[in-house]
Amino acid sequence: MTTAPAIELRGISKAFGPVQANKDISILVERGTIHGIIGENGAGKSTLMSILYGFYKADAGEIFIGGQKTEIPDSQAAIAAGIGMVFQHFKLVENFTVLENVVLGAEDGRLLRPSLATARAELKALASDYGLNVDPDAVIADIGVGQQQRVEILKALYRQADILILDEPTGVLTPAEADQLFRILGRLKAEGKTIVLITHKLREIMEITDTVSVMRRGEMTATVRTAETSPTELAELMVGRKVLLRVDKTPAQPGAPILEIENLSVTDSAGVQRLRGVSLNVRAGEILGLAGVAGNGQSELLEVLGGMRTATGRITMNGQPIDLGGRHSDGQSRRARGIGHVPEDRQREGLIMPYSAWENSVFGYHHDPRWQNGPLMDNAGIEAAAQDQMDRFDVRPPNPRLAARNFSGGNQQKIVVAREIDRNPDLLLIGQPTRGVDIGAIEFIHKQIIALRDQGKAILLVSVELDEILSLADRVAVMFDGQIMGEGPAGSATQVGLGCLMAGLGGDDTRDMSGWTISDAAIIEEGTPDVSRIEAQLAEKHADASKEV
Amino acid sequence: MDRMPPWADALLVPLISLVLAAILSALVIIGIGEDPVAAVTLMVKGALGSTYGWGYTLYYATNFIFTGLAVAVAFHARMFNIGGEGQAMLGGLGVALVCLYLPLPHWTLALVAATLGAAIFGAAWACVPAVLQARRGSHIVITTIMFNFIAAALLNYMLVNLLRPKGAMDPATAKFPAATNLPTLHDMLTPIGLNFSKAAPANVTLVIALLACLAVWLLIWRTRLGYEIRAFGHSETAARYAGISPTRITVVAMLISGGLAGLMALNTTMGEAERLVLNSVEGAGFIGIAVALMGRSHPLGVLMAAVLFGFLYQGGAELALWTNIPRELIVVIQALVILFTGALDNMVRMPLERLFLSRRRKEG
Repeated sequence: MTTAPAIELRGISKAFGPVQANKDISILVERGTIHGIIGENGAGKSTLMSILYGFYKADAGEIFIGGQKTEIPDSQAAIAAGIGMVFQHFKLVENFTVLENVVLGAEDGRLLRPSLATARAELKALASDYGLNVDPDAVIADIGVGQQQRVEILKALYRQADILILDEPTGVLTPAEADQLFRILGRLKAEGKTIVLITHKLREIMEITDTVSVMRRGEMTATVRTAETSPTELAELMVGRKVLLRVDKTPAQPGAPILEIENLSVTDSAGVQRLRGVSLNVRAGEILGLAGVAGNGQSELLEVLGGMRTATGRITMNGQPIDLGGRHSDGQSRRARGIGHVPEDRQREGLIMPYSAWENSVFGYHHDPRWQNGPLMDNAGIEAAAQDQMDRFDVRPPNPRLAARNFSGGNQQKIVVAREIDRNPDLLLIGQPTRGVDIGAIEFIHKQIIALRDQGKAILLVSVELDEILSLADRVAVMFDGQIMGEGPAGSATQVGLGCLMAGLGGDDTRDMSGWTISDAAIIEEGTPDVSRIEAQLAEKHADASKEV
Repeated sequence: MDRMPPWADALLVPLISLVLAAILSALVIIGIGEDPVAAVTLMVKGALGSTYGWGYTLYYATNFIFTGLAVAVAFHARMFNIGGEGQAMLGGLGVALVCLYLPLPHWTLALVAATLGAAIFGAAWACVPAVLQARRGSHIVITTIMFNFIAAALLNYMLVNLLRPKGAMDPATAKFPAATNLPTLHDMLTPIGLNFSKAAPANVTLVIALLACLAVWLLIWRTRLGYEIRAFGHSETAARYAGISPTRITVVAMLISGGLAGLMALNTTMGEAERLVLNSVEGAGFIGIAVALMGRSHPLGVLMAAVLFGFLYQGGAELALWTNIPRELIVVIQALVILFTGALDNMVRMPLERLFLSRRRKEG
């Protein structure tokens, strides 16, 4: 056994046009350790890993794998060098089985059958070695996200990877699934594998890594032993200044209900029921946080409220019913009723990326007669208003003529938030307000949301970041499989309890949360919930749903 | 990722494409044993060397402006309207019906009425594919191209069975009444002392085409509808978020597109032939695609590209007339220009973009 480090990068630089994504980066990853790489979005983490995996070619620098200088021109070379990558967005063929996915691209010989047979044996061995249990004959589309991720890991191991790179692996997982993943990673480490974990979540870094490297603006700012650092120190290293990880706010002064949702149901075009009888209300002067793992109906709820999707049920706004399927069920009508909407995906929904900031500053409000000058749009007036807005909301650079795509993620989000908050809505829908947003901008956006609440407006916050929900919301509701699992004050909510509800479980952990009402739909399970059983149930449900189509 | 400067995007890329097409064309001309320099000289002289040449170049350009604008408007809504051909044919029918059956005392009134007729008929022909796309998801490329064939058949039937004067042998309408005849550039320029060729077909429709350029520019970049069309073209999900109805934008953009294609008939049918003949569009609907691509869907770009294609048409005709270069080869040259400026646009654009970026990096 050599003592050479598993990975050593020396002086890696990479530029995309005028943007220097990686600047002279050197890093050393010891064999048999879990090495975290942390940094804000756009800090260059993914670029660095893409260079290591052969997706990009570095402009300068050297790569050493196991002490050997290695050229990695493409991903085949990376695999040959023993590097496996688990992407944030899985690269799986949905209608193939687990086994077929594992073999895909690594078949030997012309015939599929023998390689499938060897793969089956291999998979069994891997499963028992590392606790990676997946049914090899299950179809990908039928299994849960956690299991899909395991398939990705198995794919890498099947290709004899010694080094495993995981890019934001917990983004799509429930806390319980994340714990399971961490247990698997621990086993892998014990077996001598080297793991590189890319994340922006400080908690994960602290929990599982041995060493952590911090990146900021394309540079490696520090590499420290995890045991010798603290979340605050890491946050400072990431941002380059002191940051408040906690949100300052006074207790809510909730007033009358602004938004009332009764028995709302949505069936999508594939015939799958996405919302199943959701009832909720949001009062003036409070932030209702809607927690849940991505894909459990939160997006659909936001879309219905924002007028992007039709539904059945009843919604009232300030006591007046809202049209859910007729002529007035579009975004324009919703805005006219005082509903502002910061959508979950700013790049696909909230902004027109090639449009300039000023054009985007009226997007959705462009029917406002204020912006009309005879038959034409008052472009100059809009631009002036946009300039003012950008100054007030600290959008950088404050240039209204710049196209939206040229702003950073955080500033793009500020453009959207500014537009929606500036109309002074009675109700603000806000989805994933800080996804892909740097810590500095997160602080600012959170402050804006709280300021709006303090003006007595109602806010519905949807986020997959539990930390964000807990620090921002006054009241929390948890969604699972299109239903509300439980609802109660944020003050008495616990990470564990919410985690259970997010997996559709109501047990002791949830009963400990005072003031919470737990839905009958939540499965009562004593002791530690068995996640794999729930996953199996979900898969069954999913299969039923597809049969109905 | 940054972009290259706008002037390079708008001018340099098409220019280089054009040069490449010219080089290849020259090689083809050498290949058949002719002199490319002499050929170019002849083309330039024939198309731009006299007011007669200019008259034809501008006449063709007028057609291409209309069809180019039609394709450009649809492009902004991310739709590929291949049906300009059929929409222009129907526009011709509209013009013919107005000119033959409305008793119009003066050409100005006739022009207004015929403009409406051409636009309404063209738009109506685009309406069916648009509604099918918006409501049923039938792909507009397929439906518009099919509608070209239907239009040809319909026109054939109308001309042969209904509109052909008794006793006439060719499938065409009767001559339009003299009151509807449009002034040519010769008629328009003589009063201000310019001597423009009397034989050239360019006419007052050119002015309508220029106005159409201005109107499209205003529509796309200065009105709320244009704002919505462009937004829809960039991102349908974002449009839905903003409360812009995809159905409405699809239909409205196609109506405008079809209407513009229909207007082309003013030039050919009312301005030049002064009657409706069977094949009056002559592929201008398809040239419009190349013109819109080359002009980057901007009215000014469309105008310039249309003049270029007008030049190629007229120059090509001269070439066929005075040299041994066969008519088919002219089509090859025109096809090369379309290929390079339209379809192979990215072949020039990408390396050029890289060049600009690396230069900028060195400076920075």
